[in-house]
Amino acid sequence: MSRFTKEMESRAHQILALYPERRSATIPLCHLAQEQNGYLTEESMIQIAELVGTTPAEVLGAASFYDMLHTEPVGKYVVGVCTNIACLLQGGEELLSHAEEKLGIPTGATTDDGMFTLEDMECIAHCDHAPALQVNYRFFGPLTNDSFDTLVDDLSAGKLESEVPPHGTLSRVQRKHPIAVPLEEIVRHRRDSDAKEGERLAAKAAAESKEGSN
Amino acid sequence: MPLPPLKIVSARAKDPKNVTLEGYLANGGYQGLRKAVLEMNPEDVRDQVMQASLLGRGGAGFEAGRKWSMLKKSDIRYLVINGDESEPATFKDHMLVEADPHQLVEGALIAGYAIGAARVFIFLRGEFALGFERVQNAINEAYEYGAIGRDIFGSNFSIDLVLHPGAGAYICGEETALLESLEGKRGFPRIKPPYFPAVIGLYGQPTIVNNVETVANLPWIVKNGASAFTDLGGGRSRGTRMFALSGQVNRPGTYELEMAKNTFRDIIFDPEFGGGLRPGRSLKAIIPGGVSAPWLGPDQLDVVLGQDEVAAVGSMLGSGSIIVMDDSTCMVRAAWRISKFFARESCGQCTPCREGGSWIEKVLNRIESGAGREEDLDLLMDLCDNIVPGVSWPPQQTTICVLGPSIPSSVAVSIKMFRDEYLTHIKEGGCPYD
Repeated sequence: MSRFTKEMESRAHQILALYPERRSATIPLCHLAQEQNGYLTEESMIQIAELVGTTPAEVLGAASFYDMLHTEPVGKYVVGVCTNIACLLQGGEELLSHAEEKLGIPTGATTDDGMFTLEDMECIAHCDHAPALQVNYRFFGPLTNDSFDTLVDDLSAGKLESEVPPHGTLSRVQRKHPIAVPLEEIVRHRRDSDAKEGERLAAKAAAESKEGSN
Repeated sequence: MPLPPLKIVSARAKDPKNVTLEGYLANGGYQGLRKAVLEMNPEDVRDQVMQASLLGRGGAGFEAGRKWSMLKKSDIRYLVINGDESEPATFKDHMLVEADPHQLVEGALIAGYAIGAARVFIFLRGEFALGFERVQNAINEAYEYGAIGRDIFGSNFSIDLVLHPGAGAYICGEETALLESLEGKRGFPRIKPPYFPAVIGLYGQPTIVNNVETVANLPWIVKNGASAFTDLGGGRSRGTRMFALSGQVNRPGTYELEMAKNTFRDIIFDPEFGGGLRPGRSLKAIIPGGVSAPWLGPDQLDVVLGQDEVAAVGSMLGSGSIIVMDDSTCMVRAAWRISKFFARESCGQCTPCREGGSWIEKVLNRIESGAGREEDLDLLMDLCDNIVPGVSWPPQQTTICVLGPSIPSSVAVSIKMFRDEYLTHIKEGGCPYD
């Protein structure tokens, strides 16, 4: 099952309604598909294309540009070790080597049990906790080899399920409110307020030039 | 000695209750927005921001008030908040969105009111999952509180605000790439002219793109007035600035400092801030303003942390990040890692960046791993020259955006500052630090 379930499809329509142009929902819907299936399946991309009014190739073209969108299956936990400059200075590359050893997979691969995918990441903006990593885009750091092992063991034992949802769930907080004021109404309103602002600015300029000529 | 910090954007950051509406209101939240929509006309808010000399906090340092004044008149115009913080070693917005999500929402709404935006989008880096949850929760609470939606606080100003997730691409921090991404496409920067967002932006409509920290200053500026803001700082650099200190320093972290009043030495060595280096270590180089900026040496520690002051010594304040490298660091390895980053993050549209970036990365990699040749240094400089003619600073642009022209900075400056270290790698056939 990789098209949206009924519930997810209704969330998809709520997301679509937030944008003046449907195609803007492409990436949010890719995230939503990953939330449902763990990764972005071909069927999902076809359905997203239908929903946003473009072609599946355009959806794949966009999705393949972004590191967080996975078009192949990944583990329940995507462990992304930062090796960019601030983490490099504090042992990020050594941490990544240790992670390969601990998980028994090379960077980019997924463990046979489908629990972990290991990635090396560019700067994750957690540099004051270097060497740092993310599990499903949740921050951890600074890490030692030992604390990395503990983290992996805790994840395997299901101890961190409340902190780290399975891969694909970007946010556990959903938007509660639809768009309150239709764009057409806002546009009429802005036209009026711009006209009033124009009058105020003209009056101010006239007063200033009068003051200047006195 | 640095001055005692007067905090603006990080004033509430240490209060864990502040992430909720209740906590934010207890800390004086939403008074700025209330004042703006109930007591001020949009042009008054714009005047205040213009007078405050609020320089954009994203990296380029362009005055926010001037940026707003360039917005083309149109019935539909958009505001997009750039929260796609991805410049290596920059993590101030990460802190601001997680610690004070309502401040971001309030600031975005004030900016939306000032420019008469038809809708506000906050584009938040996808990797900030916790930040996304907090900002979404803040938006939900703000709708219920009457700060977003129809007739905000009983005024006749209405606006909607949408939080939009990124999906992992450094280039989307570039404002036109960000707009492409927000339109559901690959993050390819647009050609300017004609695609200056203030003229042709989101969906072809005039659009203002402001950084998270930039708008986070607005509630304070509206509440306290532009002159209170310009009382802080010096020259063009007014108010405060968030600095993100990282690398081989005892107390890495985010520090809000008054602009143009402190030096690199203050923030790195003062016990209140960086607390100096590890015992027995000495400073080798610092990378200010993000990895696009040329490095500075220990002899430049007394440069003042201001927009024009850092520019005057041939680098930039940029995104406010400061990376400290001590004498245990291999400079070739550091330059290689930065070039690897640019090679990976090039969007691929322009030849100098796409080909030059990965070529430079390969040459640096072979020097670091011991297969370097003496002529490689000339080759590197030639490659740099092909991306940025004359390897000038600020760089000449041969590409659609500034990612490509950022590549030569660390390469050229590390060869200039540490040529002997490169030669040692080549002569000894390996890295002396391994």
